[in-house]
Order: sequence, then structure tokens, then C-alpha cells
Amino acid sequence: MPSLADTIEGKRVEGHRPWPRIVVTADGWRGAAIELAAGRATLLGLWGDADPAPLVHMAISDATAAAEILVVSLACPDQRFPSVGVLHPPAIRLERAIQSLYGYAPTGAPDDRPWLDLGFWNVQHPLGARRPAPAARPPYDFLPVEGEALHQIPVGPVHAGIIEPGHFRFTATGETVVRLEQRLGYVHKGIESLMAGATIERAAKLAARTSGDSTVAYGIAFAHAVEAALRIDVPPRARYLRALMAELERLANHLGDIGAVCNDASFSIMHAHCGILREHVLRAAAASFGHRLMMDRVVPGGVTADLTPDRAMQIRNALQEIRRRLPQLVNLYDNTASLQDRTVGTGIVRAEWAQQFGAGGFVGRASGRIFDARKAPGYAPYDTLDFSVPIFAEGDVNARVWVRIREVEQSLSLVEQIIRRLPDGPVAVPAEGGAGEGLGFAEAFRGDVLVAVRIEGGKIARCHLRDPSWFQWPLLEAAIEGNIVADFPLCNKSFNCSYSGHDL
Amino acid sequence: MRRMLLEGLARRPLTEKPPAADDAALAELAASLERAARRRLGRSLAIREVDAGSCNGCELEIHALNNAFYDLERFGLRFVASPRHADVLLVTGPVTKNMRQALERTYRATPDPKWVVALGDCATDGGIFAGSYAVAGGVSNVVPVDLHIRGCPPSPAAILKGLIALLEPANGRAAVR
Repeated sequence: MPSLADTIEGKRVEGHRPWPRIVVTADGWRGAAIELAAGRATLLGLWGDADPAPLVHMAISDATAAAEILVVSLACPDQRFPSVGVLHPPAIRLERAIQSLYGYAPTGAPDDRPWLDLGFWNVQHPLGARRPAPAARPPYDFLPVEGEALHQIPVGPVHAGIIEPGHFRFTATGETVVRLEQRLGYVHKGIESLMAGATIERAAKLAARTSGDSTVAYGIAFAHAVEAALRIDVPPRARYLRALMAELERLANHLGDIGAVCNDASFSIMHAHCGILREHVLRAAAASFGHRLMMDRVVPGGVTADLTPDRAMQIRNALQEIRRRLPQLVNLYDNTASLQDRTVGTGIVRAEWAQQFGAGGFVGRASGRIFDARKAPGYAPYDTLDFSVPIFAEGDVNARVWVRIREVEQSLSLVEQIIRRLPDGPVAVPAEGGAGEGLGFAEAFRGDVLVAVRIEGGKIARCHLRDPSWFQWPLLEAAIEGNIVADFPLCNKSFNCSYSGHDL
Repeated sequence: MRRMLLEGLARRPLTEKPPAADDAALAELAASLERAARRRLGRSLAIREVDAGSCNGCELEIHALNNAFYDLERFGLRFVASPRHADVLLVTGPVTKNMRQALERTYRATPDPKWVVALGDCATDGGIFAGSYAVAGGVSNVVPVDLHIRGCPPSPAAILKGLIALLEPANGRAAVR
């Protein structure tokens, strides 16, 4: 089978690591879009760039060989580029975001409404050629709905629970949802604009605050990108400690989610017990690394906290407690008919949607898509560790819970292996100065985080961070169709998409 | 499930001793609240959490307040679903420009008397996101704030210390500093 680089012709850019970046013509760009639409390639990211001239970049991977990655770049001097979304729907929101942030228009795009820009910024195209926003906020047209006995329920941005803000527009007939349309962008903080010109140290802090629940994963993905760009070799001990923190983060989040999904089905005893297990993990993390969420512990060049043997013992003890308690909880989840009644068959994501959108994490794996960035493209030390990636075929809330349960088991084993094999040596090398371009991945608890950086003179010139939620939020819209309104919180929690990671 | 419930009865509670109120928080409250207003707070407070732009780190630690170790409800503090039921708005995040109007509306929807707690470094002054085209800054740039709880994110124990200060009697320790 021909590789992506053979199919898509372009001029290779020097200094982009570890995967190639090629500059293509509009035809080459369309060719890439055709590969995506035909299912031969998976879209990993699509973002704009203004330096030195208007550009759009698209990261894709071979649909059957996830480690074969290519970045395709197209100059758009007239601020237009051929729409990918018209052929491949997963690109639509990414293109709308490029249009809002840069002002580059995707020609032929099926949806030209703004995304992320809700009209409150006083400025248009903040990352491109800035211009003052119009004094009056333009109205936003939700998709039209026609039919008998339909009613709409607007929800948010402020929601009823302790969750992030976003707007959901439900159209329902009786209790049944016929369409959900999301409007996001409420927590857009302009992270990518703050990145431009930032030192690597400050940029790492920003990356770590893109989505707080995945702070370790963002730290790793950002570090991978910077280390690739600057050709930095990270000491083995640092790699193991990163993986240890990443698995603790995954454990804490999955345990919290398993309880929270049950709580949204009004089964609070699971929530209470899972909350205790989650707290054990966070306390072990705080004791070992000095921060409950392990924020700012992963930096380009290594890690900022080392692990002493007695702290390692504390982590082991916390995990022992989880090992002891978890089977009982799983048993309770699996044998409570009223709970199963809510989760089984609810909010189904069809396998072909997960495949088309390249959905990662439990959303993809619950619908048969096995992708895991720890396996492919893969990164150290996971190549030396023994673990499996659980997948399910059903695609419902129940399957997404089960992926989490199985991943908790895998992470428990991974932490044990990491502590046992932890190599000696330094935990960091300096990461400063230099120039280059890099792409980095990390497998967060909810899926693969992608970071692309360009470094010039030791400062960040451009940094793009793509949260896994970009390819999961749209599937939530599809999954809720035909379900009852009351099951939305349950479906939403089973996805647990990041608002902040998506809005940036 | 029965076995788990029985075990729960037999086991010593996980809930930990409450921390003393935070001195800095008490001092800030003493300065911002009149004595009469403090008395009206009473021992039972309904809190409405508003994420006005947070990275969701603060939300995770607010959630933790409800777990068995911290058990927020034993103090009469509980989270409610609507600002119309709330006495306290607990606001996180640098207020994004996209959330400013929603925060103002939430504030207006909260009945008087009401108090605002700004939680986290971002809510204090915009934190690391200050200066962005998309950020309006700390919570006090948008609505009046009675209490700041700092941290990135503040630990549940730190949040608890700050919130307990809201419950301290007006003629108690607050008067000292």
C-alpha cells in the first residue's frame, strides 16, 4: 500500500520533527482531503498560522498505520483555502475556528458560521490580521428545525452542576431529542495568542492549563513537541516519571468518571465510593510530587519532581486500596438492574462515526476504534511496558464505563511496572535556546492530545494545542439523537469532553 | 450493596476534622462585610458554582469537597443548581469575555443578600491568562467580590478553610485582625 507521503506530493520542509511536513499546492491539499474522505487517512488536526505569511496546516495519519504521520501545509496568500470540511465533516469545526481566529476562509465550506468567537472580543481574527469587531454583536443562527410538535430547550452556558460552561440547544418532540446543537467557546482564553512570543518555561505553564484535568498529558505532549523541535534527549528516569504521573492522572480521572456517570443515573453510592478512591490517588500524587493534579511537574527537558522510595511505597499503598475495593464496585455496577437500565443501549456512537472522526479515548474505544497514542505513534517508556488497550463494540454509555474500568486495571498494572523498573539517573536536562518545529502526542485519559510548535530564537513562535474533545463533541450531538432529554447528562458525562481544552 | 452499606456502618468515618477558618480570609471578610450582614449568613449557605473561564482544575477540587474526606455538607454548605437558590456565588477562572455577560446575569439572578467568592489564582487577577484579548481579568473586574481563595488550584482543604470563614460568627475571630 502506498504511504501517505507517496500519495500526497509536496516540498519537504527542513527542521520539522519527528514526522515530515510538506508544503503542497491547492491540488495537493484537496488530495489530502480526498484521502480523509475516503477513509484512507485520519484527521489529527487542522490549524492556521500567520507567520511569515498566511498558512494552514493539516496533520493526518494513515488510517491503518497510526504511526505514519504527515503534516501538510498550504500557503493561502489571498486568505482562502479549499475546504476540507466539505469532503470530510470532522474538519468543519476546525475550519470555522480558523476562520474566526485568523480570518482565512475555507472555500466551499458547508458551514460558515463563526466558531469560538461569540462576538465579545472587541477584535476579529485575533491571531491573523486583527481588526476591530463591529459594535453590534451579529446574531448567531442555530440550524433551522421544522416539524410538528417540536420544542426547543436552550441550556447554558451556565449549567446546573459544577461543570464547565457551554450552550446546548435541544430540539425535542415530547421527551425525545431530535437534534442537539452545541455552541462552544465560552471559556476561550486565547491561549494560542498568549503562547506567541512566550519563553518555553511560560509556554509550558500555559499548556499545563489548557485542560486542568489533563494537565500531565498536556505537559507531556508539549514537552514531546519542544524536545522534537530542539532535538533534546530526555533522561530515561524522567520518561518513566512522566508515565507514572500520566497513569496516576488517568486513574484519578477514570475513577472520578465511573462514579460520576453512575451519579448522573442517580446511583450515588458508586459516586461516593469512587470519590474516595480518586482522593487516595490525588493524595498519593500530592505526597510524591507536591501537587494533587501534578501541574507543572512535566516540563520540556524532563520533570521537576523526583520520586523517593518511601513516596513510591505510598503510591503502591494507595493502589493496593484501589485493587481491594474496585472489584466490589464493579460488581455493584454490573449487577444493579436499575443502573444498567440507564446505561445499556443509551447514547450509542456508531463504529463508523468513531472511525470517521478519529475519536480517541473511551469514546473511540467503546465503539471499536483501538487507537491509543501510547501504542502508536507510541512514546517511551510505553514501548517497554506491558499493557493492553481495551475495546468494546457496543458504543453506548455502558461501554464507555467499561473501557474506563478496564483502563483503571491496566493503569494499576502500569504504575506497578513503572515503579519496579524506574531507572536511576537525572530527571531533567536544560531545554532552552535554539529553533525548530516539532509535533508531539500524549495519551490523556480522554484521548490523544496533539501539540505542534515552532520555536525561533528560544521563544515560541507558534503553538497549536488540539484537545481530543474536538473529535468527540460532534459525536455527542449524534449519540443523543433519539434518546430522552433526561439521559443527556448521563451521555454527556460518559463522554466527559473538555470545554476548556476545546475552547482554548 | 447491602454488604457495602454494612461495612460503611462498621468502619470509622473517613471524614476528617475540619480545618480552622483561614485567617487571611477572615480578615478580608471582616473588611468587606458589615457585621449585620455576616449575621444573616447564618450556618446554612447555598452555593452556586460558576465557571467563568477556568481550565477546570478548580472544578475538580471543588468536586472533591463533596467526597467523604471533606464532606462539605456537614457545615451546612451545599451546592445548588440555580443562582436563584443561592446565597454565595463561587466563581472560578479568569473571566473570559465570552463569559462576562453570563456571569453578570448569574449575579443579577442571585437574590440579595449575596456574596461572591473568587476561587483560584485566575479568578483573583486573571492569573497566567491576564492580558489576553479574550480575558476580562479577575472576577472583581466584573462583579463585586467578598472573598478570594488563592491557589492553582487551591486544595480542597484550602477551599474549606476559606468557606468556613464565611460561617464564623461576626463577633468571633474576624474582629481581631
